Amino acid sequence: MRIGVITFPGTLDDRDAARAVVHGGAEAISLWHADADLKNVDAVILPGGFSYGDYLRCGAISRFAPVMKLVIEAANKGMPVLGICNGFQVLCESHLLPGALTRNSDLHFLCRDQEIEIINNSTAWTSSFTQGEKITIPLKNGEGSFQCDEATLAMLEGEGRVIARYVGENPNGSRNLIAGISNAQGNVVGLMPHPEHAIDALTGPSDQGLGFFTSILNAMVN
Amino acid sequence: MSLDTVAIAQSTPDNKQPFAELGLKPDEYARIKEILGRRPTSSELAMYSVMWSEHCSYKSSKVHLKQFGDKAPKSDALLVGIGENAGVVDVGQGYAVTFKIESHNHPSFVEPYQGAATGVGGIVRDILTMGARPIAVMDPLRFGPADAPDTRRVLPGIVAGIGGYGNCLGLPNIGGEVVFDETYAGNPLVNALCVGVMKHSDIKLAKAAGAGNLVVLFGAKTGGDGIGGVSVLASETFGTGGSTKRPSVQVGDPFVEKILIECSLEIFAEELVVGIQDLGGAGLSCATSELASGGSGGMKVALDKVPLRDPSLSPEEILMSESQERMCAIVEPHKLARFLEICKKWDVTVTAIGEVTDGDRLEITWNGEIIVDVPPRTVAHEGPVYNRPMEQPAYINEVNSQKVSVPIPHTATEIKAAVLKLAAAPNLADKSWVTSQYDKYVQGNTIQSQPDDSGMVRIDEKTHLGVAISTDANANWSYLNPYQGAKLALAEAARNIATAGARPLAVTNCLNFGSPEDPGVMWQFAETVRGLADGCLEMGLPVTGGNVSFYNQTGAIAILPTPVIGVLGVIQDVRTRTPMSFNSAGLDLYLLGQTHEDLAGSEWAFLHGERVGQSPTADLSAEMRLIELLLAGHGMQLFSAAHDLSQGGLSAGLTEMVLRHSIGARIVLKSAGIELLSESPGRVIVAIETGRAQSLVDLASEHQIMLTKIGSTGGDSLTINESVISLNELRTAHTSTFPKLFG
Repeated sequence: MRIGVITFPGTLDDRDAARAVVHGGAEAISLWHADADLKNVDAVILPGGFSYGDYLRCGAISRFAPVMKLVIEAANKGMPVLGICNGFQVLCESHLLPGALTRNSDLHFLCRDQEIEIINNSTAWTSSFTQGEKITIPLKNGEGSFQCDEATLAMLEGEGRVIARYVGENPNGSRNLIAGISNAQGNVVGLMPHPEHAIDALTGPSDQGLGFFTSILNAMVN
Repeated sequence: MSLDTVAIAQSTPDNKQPFAELGLKPDEYARIKEILGRRPTSSELAMYSVMWSEHCSYKSSKVHLKQFGDKAPKSDALLVGIGENAGVVDVGQGYAVTFKIESHNHPSFVEPYQGAATGVGGIVRDILTMGARPIAVMDPLRFGPADAPDTRRVLPGIVAGIGGYGNCLGLPNIGGEVVFDETYAGNPLVNALCVGVMKHSDIKLAKAAGAGNLVVLFGAKTGGDGIGGVSVLASETFGTGGSTKRPSVQVGDPFVEKILIECSLEIFAEELVVGIQDLGGAGLSCATSELASGGSGGMKVALDKVPLRDPSLSPEEILMSESQERMCAIVEPHKLARFLEICKKWDVTVTAIGEVTDGDRLEITWNGEIIVDVPPRTVAHEGPVYNRPMEQPAYINEVNSQKVSVPIPHTATEIKAAVLKLAAAPNLADKSWVTSQYDKYVQGNTIQSQPDDSGMVRIDEKTHLGVAISTDANANWSYLNPYQGAKLALAEAARNIATAGARPLAVTNCLNFGSPEDPGVMWQFAETVRGLADGCLEMGLPVTGGNVSFYNQTGAIAILPTPVIGVLGVIQDVRTRTPMSFNSAGLDLYLLGQTHEDLAGSEWAFLHGERVGQSPTADLSAEMRLIELLLAGHGMQLFSAAHDLSQGGLSAGLTEMVLRHSIGARIVLKSAGIELLSESPGRVIVAIETGRAQSLVDLASEHQIMLTKIGSTGGDSLTINESVISLNELRTAHTSTFPKLFG
């Protein structure tokens, strides 16, 4: 099982994502933004960071990277894609996911251990969790407030496409406490908090993020 | 302005030059003329003026700093010492670690966000320049009074700048300090530390060797930012009513720096450079003269080849520009093609601007005309050296002869009030408002970060090898006694490393002071350096490098002498570290070390407006025995937790411990008031399982460290004798201060 991890200029969490992939039991394959080559991977992760310095808008330039054309095609054919933080922003800019991530409501970058609840465990990236399971993983971003129009919100909620919600006080002003969403098919998932930083309690707040990386193995095996 | 060439300088010896405006004294200008045998060209004048500024030349501090070399302890760990961009120490398993701390004080007052951001950027490039991958940053900060209106401008801007830059580089921020005192109003201190890791064989030095090798400039294009930043901003005391100096502050682009880091590491990995230097303070003037000085020959540079962001810049401005995110490499001609290829992959602008020559001059041309022709060492290393007058300031005897007279709590109510007051004091309150704006998780190797005693990062995932770093200063003690203050800060930083189970290895320092032209300040500085050098010798810890920041002064008011000491330690297996707090009930709590009535310079005295008395005297042999005890206990996995006591004494230490995992403690003290508030150095609280008391007693007796049982863990309150403080109450006091002050 080969999982690609894309590096854009300014990507920061690529090595962390690759480490999490290996901890999850798969092989991590480095993908370079400028190469129109997915190297026969079975799934793709867009890691966190500040691709292209977040210039213009977060993710707005990365979506035009040569590798993204292939990611979009593959995702539309059902390949599992996980976008974490900046990766989530890229997926929204690529229109693989609806909505947008905007400045945190208090206008500060926020790094903290965040409890989230898994709302939908039937996607390619969440099947290792139980419905309603609460996990604590790092949240760290300046633009993590999920926004969309009423119709989109109703659609996301109605179709069960909200995959995770913040527990407790809203950390960033996201609508309906949304921490992550999926596409209609459930193969593309965007998540604002960082499961790749929570695969070992030694270096993270917990090892509860590992579930995202074992879920994908289940999805591929079945 | 028309081009001023060497030929013109020779033919017009009497042209008046604005040396004073550039910060040069008449005798310094005369010396330049003597070196060159003619008047300098305007470009040469620009170079000398920035390189001979206090910031670059250490002209007031040099005579004192050489003690770090003269008194250096023997150390097998030191691979690269003082003088390079950063010191390098051996941490075993073939790994070398480089770390350094630098100030960016003045720019951060003028433009807090960019000043602090580029402070981070600069120190990260210093570490990168040694051939290392930067792995973490730390930021000791000092501000005016917490409730002063200007602090509300300066602090949020500085914190956002550090976060905005460091977060975007993907460097975990693992610690630092936030301290308030009125002397820092108008002179905030932004000190930035970076640590990097490499294999021994990857160490790079700033030298331009090998005639015919190319001088290659890569990174951001050169613009007009920061021109004169070094000489104008860092070497002049802020006056009142002066003109605004905003344009002198550099503007950073962390995205470009991130790319530059990855691009440089790829270039280093393929061994494509002979020497390398980053462009920081004094820009190209510094990089070319230092590279040429470090090599065997001379250097020729065509300045007109430098890629410009602003095409209207004059050669003088290009030489002085402090545009960020630039590096200068010496490359063998046959490796240039590959060098260019890697830069292209990362979209990094790269230009060969010159070559190493077999002469002994640094020659710079502008469209073929020679505008600089100097012996490079005279620019980089042979600047003026001042043995400035110094004199013990009058205040010393005055404050030392007074006794601290502050109320000491006795009743249960008074004790509770004192603990809550300290928990909420801005200097001791929870700093999450600051640290939650920094990414501490990126790179996935952070083992400890604020509010732990030290920051700790893993450097090898397979062997679990790690390093720990702590930065400390106690400016109140340094004010009362700068010699002792320096030693005490060193001891505290080393202790903070050892509480986690890491062995202290090496020292860096950032010495922040007022004007060196004031004999009293100069005396504080000299005493500090003497104390630190003596302390390092006694503790066997080499100083690997550092930074001096003078002129932190508004009018006649100098900042408190603030030597920030950074100590780096190594831990063989990060999984075994001793945590700073307990996460279970039923553990016994012991105090290691002796408590005296040390209220002079304490936070309690500060809260009562008192800065008098005598600082404690550092007992470094006791500190070293305590460190050995902590390391031995760690080796036996004896401690469930260990926490250093420093500012705020036992009261603050207990507050931090019980709140960490929301597990309370019952404490019994003989004279609670003094015992809670005293800041006697050389003390640590440890938690152990009840059954292991004898091992601790044996260790303490073996290392001749006083051991006192003070209580046990459990419950939902911090109970001290009859005072009961619920964890909720304590948490509210501790965590409300910053949000209340800064929103």
